[in-house]
Amino acid sequence: MTEHRIRFTLNGEAVDVKVAAERLLVDLLRYDLGKTGTKDGCSVGVCGLCTVQVDDAPMSACLLLATQVDGASVRTVEGLASPLQEAFIEEGGFQCGICTSGQLVAADALLRAKPDASDAEIADWQMGNLCRCTGYYGITRAIAKARDAR
Amino acid sequence: MRPFDYLEPETLDEALEILAGDPDDTLVMAGGTALVILMKQDLVRPERVLGLRRIAELREIGASDAGVALGALATLGALARSQRVRGHTVALASTFAAVATVRIREQATLGGNLAHADPAQDPPVTLLALDGVAVAKSRFAERRIPLDGLFTDLFETSLERGELLLRVELPPLPKGARATYKKFLPATLDDYATISVAAVIATDANASVTHARIALGGAGPVPLRARDAERSLAGRRLDDAAIREAAALAAAATDPIEDLRGSAAYKRAMAEVWTERALREVA
Repeated sequence: MTEHRIRFTLNGEAVDVKVAAERLLVDLLRYDLGKTGTKDGCSVGVCGLCTVQVDDAPMSACLLLATQVDGASVRTVEGLASPLQEAFIEEGGFQCGICTSGQLVAADALLRAKPDASDAEIADWQMGNLCRCTGYYGITRAIAKARDAR
Repeated sequence: MRPFDYLEPETLDEALEILAGDPDDTLVMAGGTALVILMKQDLVRPERVLGLRRIAELREIGASDAGVALGALATLGALARSQRVRGHTVALASTFAAVATVRIREQATLGGNLAHADPAQDPPVTLLALDGVAVAKSRFAERRIPLDGLFTDLFETSLERGELLLRVELPPLPKGARATYKKFLPATLDDYATISVAAVIATDANASVTHARIALGGAGPVPLRARDAERSLAGRRLDDAAIREAAALAAAATDPIEDLRGSAAYKRAMAEVWTERALREVA
């Protein structure tokens, strides 16, 4: 019911908007701010399609109220400029593509936090980003390639 | 999601004041991973949501009386990475790292995890075995609640209206104590435990047990201490017979429900198997 003015940075640019208390971050991003790379899949924080980074940490935009990112730095797939993207193309890190933006945002968060992540750490980190085409080998190969290219 | 009013106090006192004024229609939100889903699914319908995110003092992971004090707003991810948590016992850091996925761990908090009181959650089990004490505060009083008195029923706690969880305190472990947390995950790694077991054991110079704690998750309406199993180990060596006897007693203490993770009988059988494995690990 209440309306809230929130200010945060989105992919490095300042955002200053008013939102209803119950507005979800995923909806704010997609419908108000046009960042449709963030997908809404399961809506209960399981599938990883809506993965965004909040102050560099991966989170589910479907489980965050927009008010929770007031003052934070948010990064979506539109804000990525990483060797990961080329590596996904080269290694066939997607099939249908619906999970790809979430996979990229999650993997980017890992390589920021841990540039030398082991293959096992990559697999563990990406565990919560489901690929229903089961294209996991290509995905993890692409992330390892981007890691090695750094 | 139904509309609600959102309040985001800057200080603990302000939050307690709001809760004292109108506790009935107000739900408290820490990280929000559980509450937002409950609201989306229309399982709770708060008039007001009180967000705690600005109360920085509740994020601290600090020391307390030779033990550790874990702030209610510390995220599960921060706790899993904390050197202080790891220094207390690696099993506790591993427990926090065992929750769901990295996304959930970055958003979800210790206080939210405990107050939500989901019996299949990981942190309550190990915290119970570590003799954790929750510290809660209302505008009127502060009180200490040993964790085995916090969980009263499925998704229910002994927290009173108007009270907020501030932190969990863990006393120092007995010298040489060994601890483990075992989570049985037959389906996927991001699942809730089918059964989980935490065990903490200390022994004297003769290898006789001087301290035994066994706690189980997913084993009933609340995370539980297997006290008969603990008592059975007192003064004994952790040999094969002692371990088997304790595991059987632990299984007997469970009261699991049948759900998609298995029948009650299956979970009870798994409680015995995984208690045995936990005890062998700390033997």
